Amino acid sequence: MKTMDLQELEKRFQEKIDKEIKIEPNDWMPDEYRKTLIRQISQHAHSEIVGMLPEGNWITRAPNLRRKAVLLAKVQDEAGHGLYLYSSVETLGADREATIDDLHSGKAKYSSIFNYPAVTWADIGTIGWLVDGAAIMNQVALCRCSYGPYARGMVKICKEESFHQRQGFESLVTLCNGTPTQKAMAQDAMNRFWWPALMMFGPSDDESPNSAQSMKWKIKRFSNDELRQSFVDATVPQAEILGLTIPDPNLKWNEETGHYDFSPINWDEFWQVVNGNGPCNKERIEARTKAKEEGMWVREAAMAYAEKRALKKTA
Amino acid sequence: MSNREWPLWEVFIRSKQGLNHKHVGSLRAPDATLALANARDVYTRRSEGISIWVIESNNVHASDPSDADSLFEPSDTKVYRHPTFYEVPDGIKHM
Repeated sequence: MKTMDLQELEKRFQEKIDKEIKIEPNDWMPDEYRKTLIRQISQHAHSEIVGMLPEGNWITRAPNLRRKAVLLAKVQDEAGHGLYLYSSVETLGADREATIDDLHSGKAKYSSIFNYPAVTWADIGTIGWLVDGAAIMNQVALCRCSYGPYARGMVKICKEESFHQRQGFESLVTLCNGTPTQKAMAQDAMNRFWWPALMMFGPSDDESPNSAQSMKWKIKRFSNDELRQSFVDATVPQAEILGLTIPDPNLKWNEETGHYDFSPINWDEFWQVVNGNGPCNKERIEARTKAKEEGMWVREAAMAYAEKRALKKTA
Repeated sequence: MSNREWPLWEVFIRSKQGLNHKHVGSLRAPDATLALANARDVYTRRSEGISIWVIESNNVHASDPSDADSLFEPSDTKVYRHPTFYEVPDGIKHM
């Protein structure tokens, strides 16, 4: 290979991106592109894995066998999605276990939504509807990401997640058509999850300094505010069908823009939760760290067994 | 705590009888038996396959992307390898 200077390599890289040619693991890429993807994909993986915790808590408490089977399948999907993403991050040369250790040390973040507790059964339906709904909005955009392995993973994840949102909505339809107590439980869940769900799209565009570069590299296709607006526009009519009130007095249809207007987001709360002070941050990280540390002997035993068998074969 | 990670495996799935196995992703497992078991759980939760291959990733040898031009350009220029290169008189059927 001819030696090319960095500028020339970067120019060719950007030309590929502009022509919508996907970048694959062994292709040349700028260090910063690689770093951005490692950070984004590993944090996405962590979110899938941590996201199992609030819902996993309800598997044994599901109201009937159908809901229990559905919840089990959903939580198992989240584990699978975390694994697709960890293997994507490894294609960039990152060390899987090191990214997980970064989660446990607090260096790496995950979606702030999972630091809120799921305290009633209605929360499970609401998480499926709003949280998975917001995640799908984000992930559909990522299906066209310039990095091949991430984009392919997203396609598979989006296909699987559409059931997650529908099962949540269906569960809420049941509650909203139930007794006044059930309906009130659904409204209460809505009141607690609405704002955190809107925060899932991240800081507003003028507070999101890395966004412009990510858009230029086509890692991101839409800005945080654009995706948040699409989510609000899609969700308001769904809330109307459920007969639930969105906890925002300023929410109203704007004829001129063709979108719903809504109140400003409480970014202090967002940053508090991102920086470790949400209701469940400590509990979530403790649960993940414990799972790794207390499960380590299983990994070691499986490895020792595999080595013993391999040795026997060669002997 | 051990720092040794389980090896990485590449997973290939045959989606139905008559089709090739196709690469779908990778996973970590201590040996081939568990790699197959994990591949089933991770990559075939929705009837995606009827057969799985797993291959330890360090046994895969790949061409270098920077050699792609010299490797594949020669075949791009040989249009006479395709049937559409040739003209046949009108009225010839089944050729």
